[in-house]
Amino acid sequence: MLREFMSYLGSSVPPANAGNQLWALIYVFIIFAGVAVAVLCMNWIERKALAHFQVRLGPMRVGPHGLLQPFADAIKLLTKEDVIPAEADKVVFWIAPVIGLLAAFTVYTVIPFGPSEAVSDMNIGILFMLGVSSLGVLGIVTAGWASNSHYPLMGALRSSAQMVSYEVAMGLAVVSALLMTSLNTSGTGTLSMIGIVEAQQQQGIWFIFKFFPLGLAAFAIFAIAMIAETNRAPFDLPEAESELTAGFHTEYSGLRWSLFMLGEYAAMIAVSSIAVTLWLGGWLRPLPNLLHGAAWEFIFSLFPGLTFGGLALIAFIGTARMPSHAFFRIQRAGLGVFAALLGLIALLLLVIAVAGRANDTSIAARFRDGVDYVYWFVLKVAVFMYLFIWYRATWPRYRFDQLMKVGWKVMLPISLGVLIVTAIVGVLIS
Amino acid sequence: MVPITTLHYLVVAAALFVLGVIGVLTRRNVVIILMSIELILNAVNLNLVAFSRMWGNLHGQVFAVFIVVDAAAEAAVGLGILIAFFRNKETINVDEINLLKW
Amino acid sequence: MNVALMNQALMSPALMAQALNPGAAPVATPFFFYMLAGAAILSGLFVITRRNAVHSALALIVTLLSVSGLYLMLYAPFVAGVQIIVYAGGIMVLFLFVIMLVSIERVTKERQFNRIWPVGLLASCALLALFVSAFSKGKDLFPERRMALVETSNTQQIGALLYGEAARMGQYTFAFEIASLLLLVAILGAVIMTKRKI
Repeated sequence: MLREFMSYLGSSVPPANAGNQLWALIYVFIIFAGVAVAVLCMNWIERKALAHFQVRLGPMRVGPHGLLQPFADAIKLLTKEDVIPAEADKVVFWIAPVIGLLAAFTVYTVIPFGPSEAVSDMNIGILFMLGVSSLGVLGIVTAGWASNSHYPLMGALRSSAQMVSYEVAMGLAVVSALLMTSLNTSGTGTLSMIGIVEAQQQQGIWFIFKFFPLGLAAFAIFAIAMIAETNRAPFDLPEAESELTAGFHTEYSGLRWSLFMLGEYAAMIAVSSIAVTLWLGGWLRPLPNLLHGAAWEFIFSLFPGLTFGGLALIAFIGTARMPSHAFFRIQRAGLGVFAALLGLIALLLLVIAVAGRANDTSIAARFRDGVDYVYWFVLKVAVFMYLFIWYRATWPRYRFDQLMKVGWKVMLPISLGVLIVTAIVGVLIS
Repeated sequence: MVPITTLHYLVVAAALFVLGVIGVLTRRNVVIILMSIELILNAVNLNLVAFSRMWGNLHGQVFAVFIVVDAAAEAAVGLGILIAFFRNKETINVDEINLLKW
Repeated sequence: MNVALMNQALMSPALMAQALNPGAAPVATPFFFYMLAGAAILSGLFVITRRNAVHSALALIVTLLSVSGLYLMLYAPFVAGVQIIVYAGGIMVLFLFVIMLVSIERVTKERQFNRIWPVGLLASCALLALFVSAFSKGKDLFPERRMALVETSNTQQIGALLYGEAARMGQYTFAFEIASLLLLVAILGAVIMTKRKI
């Protein structure tokens, strides 16, 4: 087992391709834990960010600045009574959130955090991703039907019609990006996710900037379609509270509703990861051609530590600014501990960055590379997550017929046009 | 353990085919009959892909892709006919869809 | 690749795959085959025997996903991906929509099998007997030694077959165009048939 453990650290392919089952399992656990932590953070950030957009404070009571609010929400959801409607089909009612969750999490097997930091590098990675994310529609449809009630059924049918409509535009935008991978020196394109990022590395340009404005147009179509796919604002009519009393998950309470929420956030992170991999260069650091050389590499490898150091600094300032009243003693101490934790992580990352500088082939360098790849990837995905929240705070909701009109009459022709023009330009160039 | 040969895949395809035929011949619900037809098409696809593996070329796989496309078109049109019929006669029972003109 | 290795590889497909692509040998093939085949046949049984149409549809989804897994084992990743996207993600959503539109209370309380079901069962058993006799008599027509397909360029090769010119492996270009025409006709037909007033 130790041999398998060490063999991955020296390899350059993802564990499943090398037949390394131990590391594949480790990655699966890391992904589960990572997505769970990300959902917790997203919950807090969403509530605080929405509140600040609306000139109010958001949760402040539960922990220092509401930092323990997600935990309180989780405990509340877990201890709620499990209500099942009387005439509902119990088996299908139970299985619907599981389908949604499975579809959302299975996408993570192909998402690459680095050139060998993925669970597996399937040759049909993108095809697999498109297919599995289209299975999420089934979860919503069965949830709406199993609730045996009008509002959930209508919400489910509307939501699935919306998701299916925007899947087409999404697929065509993805194909536009795939066309750009075939402009490699090897002459053939690839469907594998790691291959796509390596194509961007080889061509020296992120696909969002390639054939300007075609890459940007394809990316914009995918960005809009992925918001519609995950039922987020401004496309959240099927689950908006003021329209359909929470749509397809009306009758779900407690743990089952939290499974839906987990699935929705996991799907958001998954499609953002796809967008980052296809257009924003995955794990590649920005400006590799302009700022190259050993010095710049070292500076960019300090970024993870500096980011966490910045967060720790903000937390320390928050601790210092808290009133020194007796009532706030515990909160102040808690925030101080949180700041110290962030500072420790920052220190660890800085140590890894400095230690990896000495020898490029050592274990420390491998760790530093892994940390760097994961850091840039997660940073880009985090930007997307923040954009999701920003859109929710800023834009009003689309009415359902407007939504379908945009999906079929605007997005589909534009994505077809972008695909055709990309193909023509690609053929003319090569 | 016996290594998995082409015959194993053909047996699975035959089993799915027979199950689909039973579904078409014995069920009264039109939607379930259409689903059994999809089972039959899947059995044929599995057969084609197994033989494509056996002979080592990709003609079977390309034909399987065409059959998937064909099944999609047929499911859409069949369900459209079903909906048009259901609007008129309020039934999805094959035994009651027995008039050429009403 | 020397002769001895080639001889050894021809003895079994797993060794052949290992010889061509070391480090990517299939793992636990009989286990996965029996699991996927069992799931496919079991859910096929559920499809044809459930009273509730939604349960049948969900069982059909499990069947389609199991068959997609079998395609992956047969070194056909592109067909597996197409199966998941088109069949499980598209056609089955369509089926579920229609089931929800036409499932009225009266329907779920009627008899599920028709009056002449013994005849249907008998005919199917005859078909099964035909299959069994065909397989047992022609067992040596399906040799155990199989060619190994290269998995990494599967999509590219299928693309060449579908889109290429006639001189360079493009044998299905015309059929591809006809298939797109067929889809257009199907779209028009479905739209016209479901309109209330043409």
